[in-house]
Amino acid sequence: MSNKEITVKIDGKECKSVEGEYILNVARANDIFIPAICYLTRCSPTLACRICLVEADGKRVYACNAKVKDGMEVTVTNEEILQERRAIMEVYDVNHPLQCGVCDQSGECELQNYTLELAVDSQSYAIPDTIRQNKNWSDVLHYDAGLCIVCERCVTVCKDMIGDSAIKTGPRGGEALPKEAKDTMPKDAYAMWNKLQKSIIVPSNGTDFTNCSDCGECTAVCPVGALVSRDFVYKSNAWELKRIPATCAHCSSGCQIYYETKHTSISDPTEKIYRVTNEWNYVSLCGAGRFGYDFENRVQGKDEEAFALALKAFNTAQSIKFNSAITNEEALMLQRLKEKLGVKLINHDAKAFKDFLASYSKASGKGLYGGDLKEVMKSDFVISVGASLRNDNPNARYAFNHVQKMNKGAGLYFHPVGDTLVSTFGKSVEIFTHQVGQEELALYLILDLFANKERLDDETKEYLASFHRHEKRIVKEKIMEEVSQSVTDKATGETKEVIKKVPKTIEKEIEVQINGLVEMLGGNDAFYENFEKMKSKKESFSLIIGEDLYYHPHSRNLSRLVALIEEVCDMTLVMIPPRTNSLGVAMICDLDEEESGYVIGYNEHGHFRLGSRGFSKLDIPALNQQEGTFTNINKRVVPTNAALDYHGYELNDILNALGIGMRQAIDFTPQLGRIEGFKSENFDDLPNGYTNAGEELRGYALEVVETNKEEIKVVKFDESIVINEGEIAYRCNPQRQFNDFTDRSSQINEEFGAYVSPNKAKELGEEIEVIFDQEQSFKLKVIVDDRMQGDIIAIPDYKSYQNVYGVFGRDRYKKVTIKKV
Amino acid sequence: MSLEKFKDRNIGNQNYTLIGHEAFPQTSGEKFERVMKRMLKGELFVGLWVTLRTMFQALFKGEMHTTKYPFEKLPISPRYRAIHEMLRLLESGHYRCIGCGLCEQICISDCIRMDTRYDENQRKEVSEYTINFGRCIFCGYCAEVCPELAIVHGPRYETSSEQRASFSLFEDMLTPIDALKQQKEYPGFGAISPNADENIKKTPLAY
Ligand code: SF4
Ligand code: SF4
Ligand code: SF4
Ligand code: SF4
Ligand code: SF4
Ligand code: FES
Repeated sequence: MSNKEITVKIDGKECKSVEGEYILNVARANDIFIPAICYLTRCSPTLACRICLVEADGKRVYACNAKVKDGMEVTVTNEEILQERRAIMEVYDVNHPLQCGVCDQSGECELQNYTLELAVDSQSYAIPDTIRQNKNWSDVLHYDAGLCIVCERCVTVCKDMIGDSAIKTGPRGGEALPKEAKDTMPKDAYAMWNKLQKSIIVPSNGTDFTNCSDCGECTAVCPVGALVSRDFVYKSNAWELKRIPATCAHCSSGCQIYYETKHTSISDPTEKIYRVTNEWNYVSLCGAGRFGYDFENRVQGKDEEAFALALKAFNTAQSIKFNSAITNEEALMLQRLKEKLGVKLINHDAKAFKDFLASYSKASGKGLYGGDLKEVMKSDFVISVGASLRNDNPNARYAFNHVQKMNKGAGLYFHPVGDTLVSTFGKSVEIFTHQVGQEELALYLILDLFANKERLDDETKEYLASFHRHEKRIVKEKIMEEVSQSVTDKATGETKEVIKKVPKTIEKEIEVQINGLVEMLGGNDAFYENFEKMKSKKESFSLIIGEDLYYHPHSRNLSRLVALIEEVCDMTLVMIPPRTNSLGVAMICDLDEEESGYVIGYNEHGHFRLGSRGFSKLDIPALNQQEGTFTNINKRVVPTNAALDYHGYELNDILNALGIGMRQAIDFTPQLGRIEGFKSENFDDLPNGYTNAGEELRGYALEVVETNKEEIKVVKFDESIVINEGEIAYRCNPQRQFNDFTDRSSQINEEFGAYVSPNKAKELGEEIEVIFDQEQSFKLKVIVDDRMQGDIIAIPDYKSYQNVYGVFGRDRYKKVTIKKV
Repeated sequence: MSLEKFKDRNIGNQNYTLIGHEAFPQTSGEKFERVMKRMLKGELFVGLWVTLRTMFQALFKGEMHTTKYPFEKLPISPRYRAIHEMLRLLESGHYRCIGCGLCEQICISDCIRMDTRYDENQRKEVSEYTINFGRCIFCGYCAEVCPELAIVHGPRYETSSEQRASFSLFEDMLTPIDALKQQKEYPGFGAISPNADENIKKTPLAY
């Protein structure tokens, strides 16, 4: 899309836009209503519904896939178009079960709405119905084919945003349309009906189950009641639920969500969260955000005894250990406690990230990385290094996929653990399953491939050049050889010379350019050829880096390399914060290295535990019972609201008892302004939503401050840290598990265990003991992750009491001994 | 009787019949005399006799002229809106309510609540349903909105209870299954109008 400003007229209203934007999006941004069912903002138009028909400069076009041109005049409705639209709605209503009375979508159903909007009050079409079965596609997906209008929104979102491509249209087995329909019906309505009558939605792997990421985004986009999460089927009507705008508490994406609450039952009036919904046109959730919502901490009231003990504990404590599944306000309160009591603040996930950021800032002269995921989504070449894309941050993965699907993009994925899903995102995705410890090499390869070499210093240039060599190779090539044969025509007896072409394999010696970096990183020969194709015509490049680089023996060098890449390759850089609010904590708290003395665990292990899970000495509210803000990967401070009541004590009460508290926890929000990058905004002034144009109005963006820039000095790759033998354990959560909160949620059932590839599972059996060098060990169930490849085993860190972060320390990969049990 | 007579208010022009009566007593002696006469005449016992006779007829001859409330109640208009009833489908005996929640939503005193779930037959089951009769104002909106003619107003009009809030559960209101035959269609508030067929268009079917 170019950025040329143009003006179009829609129904007489002048609208400003940019070239290449769809008419529908321009209309929406200018508050003009054009009916549309199948189009999803950010995804490709499928033309399944055809109801968005409009007239542009006298021609009939579909608003969702026709682009605006300067001076274009668009008429949204005229008599003929209205007839088409009515006919389309009538067709949708053919054989649609009249079950709005029980349907879960009733009240927010687009079929209901458009049928009414277009004043369809009678039916002119009919066709015999087909039996369509209800199916449970997975633990969370319930598909009622009877209600499905085959708008394909679910298919589109799964392909273009999520990347699983787990569902597709399949044969419906319906009867052919009545013959006379073609001549008597409006044209578009006929075409739509023809397609509708042939298809329903089925899992694309040919089985009855999707076997997908279970993100539930398909249920969110479904305009009717066909796709609903299993837990919600027939539980409540949409209009009974109270929507509370909030922010997902689970990972650093900080997606905007709505908690939807209602009383539990007739006999129990306490509020309960029934589901999580989202603005699916502008934000895509993962399974943790969508289904991990019932993690609240219910307490009877204020436990004064426990509070007194807690106060005592705070007065004796030398360290407070916590993780980053907390709000900015809590982080600030902990920092205040540190200042007041002189305790150490220990946070495993934020500390490494903070150090990495600090060293990056020195090299780059910027307080924070330059890009965000939205910019990544706009790029057409995306690279991921050191992140398990599928698990670390679902939205980073969506962005990676989106670039492939929507921007005709390309991608490089560097990671020691093979992943079968990422390679399916697009044809131009190249996977490097390198050895553990080679992350620096990966960054050097990026420099080599993308850097403007003039801007590199000589040493680095030479170093990169040292990997290149020429080699003679013998390649086999198939050619067509012409052979002449004499053929005798049997009938006439004439002999003729005929020239025939036959294939032949010859051997040829060629000189090839070898890039030692590609070789060492496990890339294949075909990469050189592919890469030229991948890179051609690409304009914007982006780099996503993940936790592997922060927890790395050479993290400092890596941070400089990253800064160098950002500078000399013109890349949009995004760093994935390890946990929900690691970025906020890293900016707000002074963190210490080692814990000592009496430790208070704040949602973590310690001598005295404060936590929002049942087994703590003093209960504190969970993140769906708290107001406050998070700092997310997009460098935004976003607000979240309390969906459920909490009657016990919270951190602010402790601070109040010590004389440094505020009336409410959110009174700390404006105080954040004293920290560089934050603003002094009152919590109640922070917006939390999206405009019709898709603009994100949530909280505020952090200011990226300039820091003193030092010259970037990078050092060469050091072979000695590579782990290439023995068993390797990797600290990584299964999809949909992020922290104690997801663990507690009833619909997130990924267990704590050793996640391995199918092949590795055969070798390991059912249960193993993983022994670390400091003699610590875990007995773990072996769980197969179909999408993993290779021998590395993943050990989750989401259960705080298992202290997996502590065991791994400053590494994400560890050599271990594995014993079968 | 025609109303004509009552509407004619020209008093004085009609032909009144005068009833003969004795002359009014004039002096105090005459007044005293009339009082004494009436007192001793025994007319009082005539009245008492009538009462006794009727009592005797009612108790022993079966000629009762009043309703024996609370043992007996007068029939009430079908449009009267008293305590709700939940009807069943006549064919299958299954309750009619589909759990759509419209009655709950429309209720202006917010006294209906229900729980629903996905049952084993892939249907929406009404697992619990209650009306708080301490708050219900018997407006009939629920019966009016119900798309299934499931909730209707019955004739049970006694709503006094020991507690301010008195609840009814689904089972209390549901037609007992053995009384299914006696279940009557409800002609009152919210029922289908007799000419409903004329007001709807037919959907074509391809069978
Ligand atoms: S999908 Fe919409 S139109 Fe269809 S039954 Fe449900 S609410 Fe009614
Ligand atoms: S399941 Fe829903 S979203 Fe998918 S095609 Fe059917 S109606 Fe559309
Ligand atoms: S749950 Fe997510 S991954 Fe699975 S089919 Fe739906 S959209 Fe696709
Ligand atoms: S876990 Fe992360 S990606 Fe998933 S919904 Fe929450 S914030 Fe979004
Ligand atoms: S309106 Fe009728 S069908 Fe709907 S819940 Fe109430 S009683 Fe049941
Ligand atoms: S919205 Fe344009 S064709 Fe469906």
